[in-house]
Amino acid sequence: MKKNVYFGLYLVIALLAVLPFVVPNSFYLDLVIRMAINAVIVLGLNLLIGFAGQISLGHAGFLGIGAYASAVLPTHFGWHPLVAMGAGAAATGLLAALVARPIFKLKGHYLAMATLGLGIIISIALRNEAQWTGGPDGMPVPTMGLFGFDLSSDKQWYWVVALLLSISVWASLNLIDSPFGRALRALHGSEVASQVVGVDVVRYKVAIFVLSAVFASLMGSVTAHYVGFVSPNFADFFHSIELVTMVVIGGMASVYGSLVGAVLLTALPQALATFEGWETVVFGAILMGSMIFLPKGLVPTLASKFGKGE
Amino acid sequence: MSMLQVKDLSIQFGGVKAVQNVSFNIDAGIVYSVIGPNGAGKTTLFNLITGVYKPTSGEITLDGEAIHGKSPNELAVRGVARTFQNLQICMNMSAIENVMVGAHLRLDRNLIKAALRFPGLKKRDRELRAEATQLMDFVGLGQYVETRADAMSYGALKRLEIARALAMKPRLIFLDEPAAGLNPKETIEVDHLVRKIADSGVTVVLVEHDMKMVMNLSDRILVLDYGKKLAEGTGEEIRKNPDVIAAYLGAHA
Repeated sequence: MKKNVYFGLYLVIALLAVLPFVVPNSFYLDLVIRMAINAVIVLGLNLLIGFAGQISLGHAGFLGIGAYASAVLPTHFGWHPLVAMGAGAAATGLLAALVARPIFKLKGHYLAMATLGLGIIISIALRNEAQWTGGPDGMPVPTMGLFGFDLSSDKQWYWVVALLLSISVWASLNLIDSPFGRALRALHGSEVASQVVGVDVVRYKVAIFVLSAVFASLMGSVTAHYVGFVSPNFADFFHSIELVTMVVIGGMASVYGSLVGAVLLTALPQALATFEGWETVVFGAILMGSMIFLPKGLVPTLASKFGKGE
Repeated sequence: MSMLQVKDLSIQFGGVKAVQNVSFNIDAGIVYSVIGPNGAGKTTLFNLITGVYKPTSGEITLDGEAIHGKSPNELAVRGVARTFQNLQICMNMSAIENVMVGAHLRLDRNLIKAALRFPGLKKRDRELRAEATQLMDFVGLGQYVETRADAMSYGALKRLEIARALAMKPRLIFLDEPAAGLNPKETIEVDHLVRKIADSGVTVVLVEHDMKMVMNLSDRILVLDYGKKLAEGTGEEIRKNPDVIAAYLGAHA
């Protein structure tokens, strides 16, 4: 049955505990941290796309709000970074909730268009409010202080991000196998059937949209502090697409697929650097190939091949 | 007073009057069947009463409360369950999960508590799983508990829908052609199943083409034709009604 679902979580935790001691140098540690950050965002996005069956092409916008909240509020107003992070998440949640109601009256292509537009609006706003955000040049982000000591070294950040990732995997697994998660999957499977058993579908779609947006915002803040710099590229449309691609390649409606998708697509551009100038072409070819041969995504395809279930 | 009262119910799609001025009452605890040829408006009538469509005019009251225009999930709260003529199964879930979704309104659905795995939730989930297993036994799907819904046969899925509806613990259940597409043996099983549901105290409203099953089960029958009410009465009355004989049952009735 589903007992061994948490086994994967222990594996992830074990891997995260060992990794910093085996990575050869700081370049790889940086790569691992960025993989883990992306993995958390993709987990949230997969709840929305894979489990609830709703698309968002504007999630980088939410990431941008979080990142810029962490840059602007401490720099211009002297807020504590943690408070700024919370404020960014709260603002993102509020914005997501406000726009979600009308947006989720839409379906399919229209939903994709609406979220796409939302992401682009956020991106343009960040680019144009140059007196606050530094415009297209971006701006530096103050260091994150936690309980009196500064989070600055990559090692410290690694442990923070590893903890966040472990909690996110655990929470996602819990959520999916709960009444809330079943309602989400049911409205994906048959909207009318979920309605007649009492699921308020719009409310559930809004809730999961807000949750995944807040995930993105929080990780936007984390990225901003970790990198020490934000630029409008954070909120860029192409970044939104990249996140959706991670969901699809790893596997829709698969927690561990989210991790695999994030890890692969974060590493791939680095691995392809040897192709010099042609790497985008190779990247695109790999994406096309995996969609043709693994349309359900890596993890679900492999899982069904080895007959284990998810 | 009747449990469900329908008065002058109409719906129009563009120029098509799919249901026209239909009125009837259903008493608690009976099996009430709606019959009529294809396109008579039976499923449309179900969709109107269960909130999938909003009526153009007319009234529907459940235990004295007006329910027309309410959404399906608001009706679910009031104990109204239904199945669908063309299956509405969540193929992305296992069979038992489909049944467990039926208990949605009886569960703690809090997102935060679920994500943080609050104590008590898992225990409640195990109880629910046991209850859903029993329901699957009740509808004769005991061997399919952990099967994925997309791996099940049409006949089994029809019964899975009934199990899901029963998981709501409804007072009133609408079954839309539960025997359609089933072989004679399966039809008899569904016939017995509907009897068992009615005996358990749930009021059953049935749309069905299998006349033997309808006559066998129904306390009262409503006959629709071109969206209008043609006749209503007991099986015996319907059988003898000259309009009905002329229009539907034909010589073999």
